[in-house]
Amino acid sequence: MAKVTLTVNGRTVSGECEERTLLVHFIRDKLGLTGTHVGCDTTQCGACVIHMDGKSVKSCSILAVQASGSSVTTIEGLSSQRELHPVQAAFKEHHGLQCGFCTPGMVMTAVDMINRHGGKLDEATVRHELEGNICRCTGYHNIVKAVLSANAEMQAGRQAAE
Amino acid sequence: MYATGYHRASSVEEAVKLKGQHDEGRYLSGGMTLIATMKQRLAAPTDLVDLRHIADLHGISVDGRNVRIGAATPHAEVAGSSALRAICPAICDLAGKIGDPHVRHMGTIGGSIANNDPAADYPAAMLGLGATIITDRRWLSADDFFAGLFETALEEGEMVTGVTFEAPEKAGYAKFANPASRYALAGVFVARRADGVRVAVAGAGADGVFRHSGMEEALAASWSPDAVAGAAVDARDMLTDMHANGEYRANLVKVMAKRAVIAAG
Repeated sequence: MAKVTLTVNGRTVSGECEERTLLVHFIRDKLGLTGTHVGCDTTQCGACVIHMDGKSVKSCSILAVQASGSSVTTIEGLSSQRELHPVQAAFKEHHGLQCGFCTPGMVMTAVDMINRHGGKLDEATVRHELEGNICRCTGYHNIVKAVLSANAEMQAGRQAAE
Repeated sequence: MYATGYHRASSVEEAVKLKGQHDEGRYLSGGMTLIATMKQRLAAPTDLVDLRHIADLHGISVDGRNVRIGAATPHAEVAGSSALRAICPAICDLAGKIGDPHVRHMGTIGGSIANNDPAADYPAAMLGLGATIITDRRWLSADDFFAGLFETALEEGEMVTGVTFEAPEKAGYAKFANPASRYALAGVFVARRADGVRVAVAGAGADGVFRHSGMEEALAASWSPDAVAGAAVDARDMLTDMHANGEYRANLVKVMAKRAVIAAG
C-alpha cells in the first residue's frame, strides 16, 4: 500500500491505496468525487479528463501514486461559487450534451483548451483539440458551439478586467 | 492490472540504482504506453521507477542550431517550444500530432524512443534527424539505437536521459494516422543537410522504423515532392495487419514522403 497526498480542488487530501490504483479510481472511490467518469478505460474517450498541475490529463491512465504531491482540479472544483463556470453554462445554453456521460471530460478539456489558446481559438482548432474526447450522442456540433461561445465570453471578461 | 511496486526517483543515479534492485522492474516516464499495457496485463513489472520528477531530465535547450531535449520532456512542451520551432519546426509539428492533447501533456520523448513502438512518431524523427540518443552511460547514434519492433540497443537497466541533434536546413514530417488510435499507418520524416538527405519511415516497416535509401538518393539529386515518385518501396518489407496490408502501406509511404517534402518547403 502507498500513501497518496494530493491537493484536490484546493483542499489537501491523503489516502492509502494500492500502488496499482488508477488516479480516477482514487478520485471516485476514495474521495467520493464521482463527477470524473470512466468511459473506455483505454485512454481513448476522455470522460476521465481532469487537470493535474494545470494541465489536462486522462486520469484513467495515471496511477494515483504518480500524481501524489500534485494539484488536481476535477469538474467539481471548476467553479467555487454556486454559479456554473462559463464553460458549463455554455454547454447548457448550447445544448452541448445529451446523455451527459462525456460532459465532465469535455468541459475540463474545453477549459484547458481555452487556457492554452485564449483569443486565437477557432472552430478548426476546437475540433482538432477534441480528438481525445469522444461523445456518442451529439455529433460534436453543439459542443464546438459551446466551447467557442464560452471562449468568447471568457475573453470578453478578461478584456473587461484589464 | 497486476500488483506492482512504485518508487519515485529524484536523480538519474537514484533511478538506475532503484532499477538495479528490481530485476523485473521497469522505468516509468509519462506512462502513456506502459500504464495502458499494464492495464491489459500485457506487461506486469514487479516495480515501477518513476522518472517524471527528475529535474535533470526536463527541458529543451537550443544553442545556435544545436538542440538538446531531456528525456522526460512531454510532447506538448516540444510542440509548443518557440525556440525549437524557430530552427526545426518539423519536430514541433510531429510532437503536436502524437495522441491527443491529454496524452501530449504526459507522454515523453524518452519514453517514446525507449519503447520504440513501430507506429510511434519520434523514432522516425530521431532517425531522420540523425540524432544522438543520450543514456545514463553512453551516447548512441539513432542508426545504432533503433533495432526492430519494440527493440533498442538499450542494455539491462540502461536509461535514456535525452536526445541531441543539429537542426537541419529543412525538415518535414507527414503521417497517415490510424483514425482510431492516431498511431501512424505510415509516417515519413525527411531532412536535408549540406551533406545529404535522410528519409525515415515509421508505422509501415515490418521491422519497425527504417531509412529508405532510394528516396534519400532521389531527394539528394532533386529536392522536390515529385522526386520520390520514381523510388521503389517494396510491399514485402511492409507491415501487414488488420489496419492495412503491405501494398497499401508501401503506397502510403510514398504519398507521405511527398507530403513531408512539401511540408519541409
